[in-house]
Amino acid sequence: MTADMSIEFHHVSFRLPDGRALLSDLTLEVQRGETLVLLGRSGSGKTTTMKLINRLIDPTAGEVRVEGKSTLEWDPIRLRRRIGYVIQEIGLFPHLSVEENIGVVPRLEGWETDRIDARVRVLLSTVGLDPDRFAGRFPAELSGGQRQRVGVARALAADPPVMLLDEPFGALDPITRRDIQQEFKTLQERLQKTMVFVTHDVREALLLANRIGLVKDGKMALLGPPSELLQSADPEARAFAACVADGEFPGSAS
Amino acid sequence: MNLLEFLLHHRQEVFELTLEHLFLVAVSTGIAILIGVPLGILLTRKPSLSKPILGFANIMQTVPSLALFGFLIPINLYFFHVKILGGIGARTAIVALVLYALLPIIRNTFTGINGVDPAIREAGRGMGMTDRQLLFQVELPLALGVILAGVRVATVICVGTATIAAAIDAGGLGRYIFRGLRMNDNVLILAGAVPAALIAVAADVLLGYGERTIRAGNVARKGLRKLIWTTAAAIAVLAIGSVIFVYSGTSGDRIAVGSKDFTEQVILGELLAQAIESKTGLRVERRFDLGGSLAHEALVAGEIDTYVEYTGTALLAILKGQPSADPQEVYRRVQSEYANRFKVQWTEPLGFNNTFAILIRGNDAQRLNLKAVSDVAKVSARWRAGFGQDFMSRQDGYPGFAKTYGLDFAEIREMDLSLTYRALAEQQVDLIAGNSTDGLIRHYRLVQLDDDRRYFPPYDAVPVVREATLAKHPELRDVLRQLGGILSVDEMRELNYSVDGEKRAAKDVVREFLVRKGLMADGNRGSEK
Repeated sequence: MTADMSIEFHHVSFRLPDGRALLSDLTLEVQRGETLVLLGRSGSGKTTTMKLINRLIDPTAGEVRVEGKSTLEWDPIRLRRRIGYVIQEIGLFPHLSVEENIGVVPRLEGWETDRIDARVRVLLSTVGLDPDRFAGRFPAELSGGQRQRVGVARALAADPPVMLLDEPFGALDPITRRDIQQEFKTLQERLQKTMVFVTHDVREALLLANRIGLVKDGKMALLGPPSELLQSADPEARAFAACVADGEFPGSAS
Repeated sequence: MNLLEFLLHHRQEVFELTLEHLFLVAVSTGIAILIGVPLGILLTRKPSLSKPILGFANIMQTVPSLALFGFLIPINLYFFHVKILGGIGARTAIVALVLYALLPIIRNTFTGINGVDPAIREAGRGMGMTDRQLLFQVELPLALGVILAGVRVATVICVGTATIAAAIDAGGLGRYIFRGLRMNDNVLILAGAVPAALIAVAADVLLGYGERTIRAGNVARKGLRKLIWTTAAAIAVLAIGSVIFVYSGTSGDRIAVGSKDFTEQVILGELLAQAIESKTGLRVERRFDLGGSLAHEALVAGEIDTYVEYTGTALLAILKGQPSADPQEVYRRVQSEYANRFKVQWTEPLGFNNTFAILIRGNDAQRLNLKAVSDVAKVSARWRAGFGQDFMSRQDGYPGFAKTYGLDFAEIREMDLSLTYRALAEQQVDLIAGNSTDGLIRHYRLVQLDDDRRYFPPYDAVPVVREATLAKHPELRDVLRQLGGILSVDEMRELNYSVDGEKRAAKDVVREFLVRKGLMADGNRGSEK
């Protein structure tokens, strides 16, 4: 069974040094090519869950496995380079141009300059930015949406099998966000990567998820396809479901 | 002569002193960067170290610069036979300047790196950067502006503090400032202070420009960044190169003649130097203008071979002995103590006694009919006195003096000795304690009151020499013997006045004097000047 599993959590807990539990006894798995959306309120433990995958933190109990191997056995640097990472505040390097930002991981991996250049151009086109116009710009010269696209392109740069996205579209205005969500969905279907996507926006979750994990107070309240969220009797699920306007069902998740 | 004329007239010397100054600043700042940036980085990795290290750097900043220089001189530190610390000269000055420059560089490196947006740092880590890659590719480039601000502050501090380094013979524009203070010459003070201030402003503007460009610099131009790293590398190379140069340049077979930092001492230093040069043909290195007791410390440390000391100073200030009024007894005591403790010989006295002279304005002396110090008691309650720091603190200075003569002044102003004469002439004070040989006594028409209760001990001027030097160059003994009794108080006053009052070069004044005394052939004349 592990062969098909890209990411597995076995009874994973994470406590702060002061004893406060951020996650308790979490068990889940993400299949290859699947998009799991972690949905929850602020502070529910979504981001912590994500950081356990690329070993920015280690579990205090239980085990996280990536591609069948415990994260503790992975060299953290190797592990992270196999995982594309897009974070809330985008995290583009302000002192590097768009081109250089996207080329960071390929450069760390020692690719040749020509190959990096070609890859950057392909990725910029992929995320809908004209390479000739944007390659030389700096992050401060981009709009929020453009920056977010560059962030996604950067995470895809070395073609990692797994992508972690932590509220990547959180800071965008609603209209830009809707456009970019749609584009991202197209991209997702084309690339077929394993994705873990964190959001507190239930519409976004319903649009992008193969499965939704509803996180509450460090525990998994519900794990299943989007339809399950809308039908569940769980009070937290109902609270989120209520946010979706009557009769409107965004996207085609099923 | 106004400042501009002076600078034009002496442009060669001004240029050299400016270069010396820039050298001190560049090397010190360079070394401080090489030490401070890595230390700052270390602190970001081990925050528990930040308190002790920043605390140490903080304390270094509060130590007065002259005190720090003085403190470093007796510390002789060797690294594989290469002296890295101690003694007088650029080496010690650089060490002190580095200590001053460290704090802003460490602190700014630390805060600059800590100030990098955590999201950006996390993005880097999440992308699989190692700690080193994160540091060099993300943190340092982003902290560069803040680090550069620290370098700018450090540079400006160094430019200022380097002027004081002249007190320990490290050269630089401070030479003019100290010389000017000593000679009561505003133009000379400005000739040192103005170029130093210009250097500070230029460094501030230049580095400030670089800093702003970088900080503005999300739009960082790659070329500029390269330029800065290249410049930093160049400074580092320069620093290392000159350190090797400074440390390898140990003086060979030369006699180093020292002097303290006032006119008479420079004249006497020049006297020794020229006599040795013309009689023995040995090469002489002049290390003049050593402030405080630095000349003594330099002599004991072997940095200089000889200078002229005063018997009273040696007895009271250096040996901390009890005062005595008998010149012969004082001489005998310092002679035997120096031989035992420092392996230093007292040779023949030059012939004059430079004791404290209690001075008042000539018209006051006439009007109030004051001749001796004891006459002052009746007016002292209305008078303001101006004394040097030295006089206020020494054993044979103010406290005993006031007690012996029953004086109680309305006000006592403590100021630099060289400024007291002018203060007296300009009626800011009414009585000062000067030196009996001072040329300014004649210049300002001052009257010396008789020390009628024999309070001040004798201060006979005598060359002191290291025994090791005499053993190596026995011919020195002969030269020094010929200098015995060569100068009366009047002659010394006259020489002092030629330099202080007539603004002539000590070198020329001494040459003429030696020729007049038949100690030097006339032929040497005119080769310089």
